[in-house]
Amino acid sequence: MAVKDYIRERFFPHLWCPGCGHGIVLNSLLRAVEQLGMSKNEIVMVSGIGCSSRISGYVDFHTLHTLHGRALAFATGVKMSKPELNVIVPMGDGDALAIGGNHFIHAARRNIAMTALVMNNRIYGMTGGQYSPLSGYGCQATTSPFGNIDYSFDIAELAKAAGATYVARTTTYHAKQMTEMIRDAVLHDGFSVVEILTQCPTYYGRRNRLGDAAEMMDWYKSHTTPIGSKAKEENPSLIERGVFVQRDKPEYCTEYDKVIEKARGGQA
Amino acid sequence: MGNQLKFIQGNEVCVEAALYAGLDFYAGYPITPSTEVAEHMAKRLPQIGGKFLQMEDEIASVCAIVGASLTGHKVMTATSGPGFSLMQEGLGYAIMAEIPCVIVNVQRGGPSTGLPTGPGQGDVLQARWGVHGDHSIIALTASTHQDVFEMTVHAFNMAEMFRTPVILLFDEVIGHMREKLIIPEEGEIQVVDRLRTSVKAGVDYHPYLPREDGRLPMSDFGSEHRYNVTGLFHDMWGFPTGNPGVVHELLRHLNDKIKNNAETITRYKEYYLEDARTVLISYGCSARSALHVVENRRARGERLGLLELQSLWPFPYGLVEEKCAMARQIVVVEMNMGQITRAVKRAVPEPERVVLANRIDGVFITPTDIKNILRLFQGKGV
Ligand SMILES: Cc1ncc(C[n+]2csc(CCOP(=O)(O)OP(=O)(O)O)c2C)c(N)n1
Ligand code: SF4
Repeated sequence: MAVKDYIRERFFPHLWCPGCGHGIVLNSLLRAVEQLGMSKNEIVMVSGIGCSSRISGYVDFHTLHTLHGRALAFATGVKMSKPELNVIVPMGDGDALAIGGNHFIHAARRNIAMTALVMNNRIYGMTGGQYSPLSGYGCQATTSPFGNIDYSFDIAELAKAAGATYVARTTTYHAKQMTEMIRDAVLHDGFSVVEILTQCPTYYGRRNRLGDAAEMMDWYKSHTTPIGSKAKEENPSLIERGVFVQRDKPEYCTEYDKVIEKARGGQA
Repeated sequence: MGNQLKFIQGNEVCVEAALYAGLDFYAGYPITPSTEVAEHMAKRLPQIGGKFLQMEDEIASVCAIVGASLTGHKVMTATSGPGFSLMQEGLGYAIMAEIPCVIVNVQRGGPSTGLPTGPGQGDVLQARWGVHGDHSIIALTASTHQDVFEMTVHAFNMAEMFRTPVILLFDEVIGHMREKLIIPEEGEIQVVDRLRTSVKAGVDYHPYLPREDGRLPMSDFGSEHRYNVTGLFHDMWGFPTGNPGVVHELLRHLNDKIKNNAETITRYKEYYLEDARTVLISYGCSARSALHVVENRRARGERLGLLELQSLWPFPYGLVEEKCAMARQIVVVEMNMGQITRAVKRAVPEPERVVLANRIDGVFITPTDIKNILRLFQGKGV
């Protein structure tokens, strides 16, 4: 199937600003699905609220656009009730880690097989540029007019500590790598997280004088490096890209099948 | 037949009734006095191949059941006061996206953490208006275990029939009390199954285009029809829109589908109303004491009657007006500061005849409490 067969053309043009990185994520995601060769009926996309979460409206899967921060909780219901479905959950950084932070760590802890795509633009795009838990110390946002004093945390480290069994990071500059990671994450039998650094030129870029979309992507190129590279040793401020965790651990729905077996006295 | 007769807690009755109605997915978070619902579900659901989930909080619980309903399952969550407050946003989502589900609130004394183990009926108006925005809601209640069973099945039926969340508003007394229950035979109570679309694969299916009778056939996630579900105002495909015409239509539809079917939803019981000069109106645990008073006074020849409401929302204004037409006094017995009393006053032509008999100190209202209040306004003194 061609990539365009996975979109709902009826609902275009999309609402993202020119240069927004979310469109690149959509593109890489569809290429990953194409590579997976899955039927559209087998895929459920569950999203929250934010510019990033609007991605679910444009794809021709079963799509559930939910509440701010709660996508993973809805997704848990979908997955548990019909484990044969592939569940993909795109979220903004605020959606996934501020209001939705609790659901994020608990979904990871359960190791329930679904894919969380954290579209990290380090800002609240949809509401007009307030700082997010990922904005970082010193950044400019509408709610930090004198510079942000909130520290950010490392999504990959958090996911790993919480129990996610596939954790990767890439950027919109590295679209091909993004496709590979999303593909592997969807195939992974456990909770998978792909953090994608994606540009919001309208708010984060402008306020922090990072230039236009192309310049912001260029920044992703020059300020990231493969995990464990020599460049990282020499310059610790570089952001690592790649797969941080990929390991086997019993998956939640499969574990629950065993509960059912026990409850029925051994007869499945 | 033997195992059809039980002597169990109200919370367990609710579980058995939900299973009778076809429930096979539950997500919840423990809170007194509803916890036994979760505990029994955790045991019973895997026995029938269903799924039980203990989520990280009540927000996650209500969201998870909405997700599971979309794959075609009958779903429920249960909570009490504080947890019910947390569920409001998810409840609103289920209203807007028209997702069948049942939310049990075994009420305790509030506000806030309040009285975890004390009874109260203070969430009646929250059940009606806890969700932001104009909306309609169905809320049911019960005063005996046999009725808890029936109303739970009714809740699932209404949820499916009208594609809407239904609230079961029980209370601490009913939830924890042990009483006899006879589990009905299969088929004894009608069970409404989900209405699924007959639109064939490849043909455009409109998840939000009501049929002529107002009902919206569903299609399970994972089957051949792919569509969008959102909490934003949406068109017939489920795609977000701000088109004023579409917004207006949808808001009307969400409200009218409940309002216009109030008769199908409404449930009540009546005792000695034919010639009653004093009509007691009550529901849930309070109705047990109210009935006791009525029977006691009848034995002494006093013309007292009881209207027991089993559906609180939509409020049966017409029914209350009709049943109170001959009454000189109307006494609403409830364990709050008059939440249903307000509705009753709106229902009758002479609201000054309506008085409240309540208790709000976390102690179950007894027949003596009600008798004392009756004596007071009958001018007899306590
Ligand atoms: C309960 C609730 N609180 C707040 C909002 C307002 N709100 C909508 S989107 C958003 C943040 C979006 O930022 P992010 O999740 O990072 O996604 P982005 O728009 O940047 O892609 C907020 C605060 C809301 N919709 N619901
Ligand atoms: S505001 Fe930012 S995140 Fe939102 S669409 Fe525009 S560029 Fe993208």
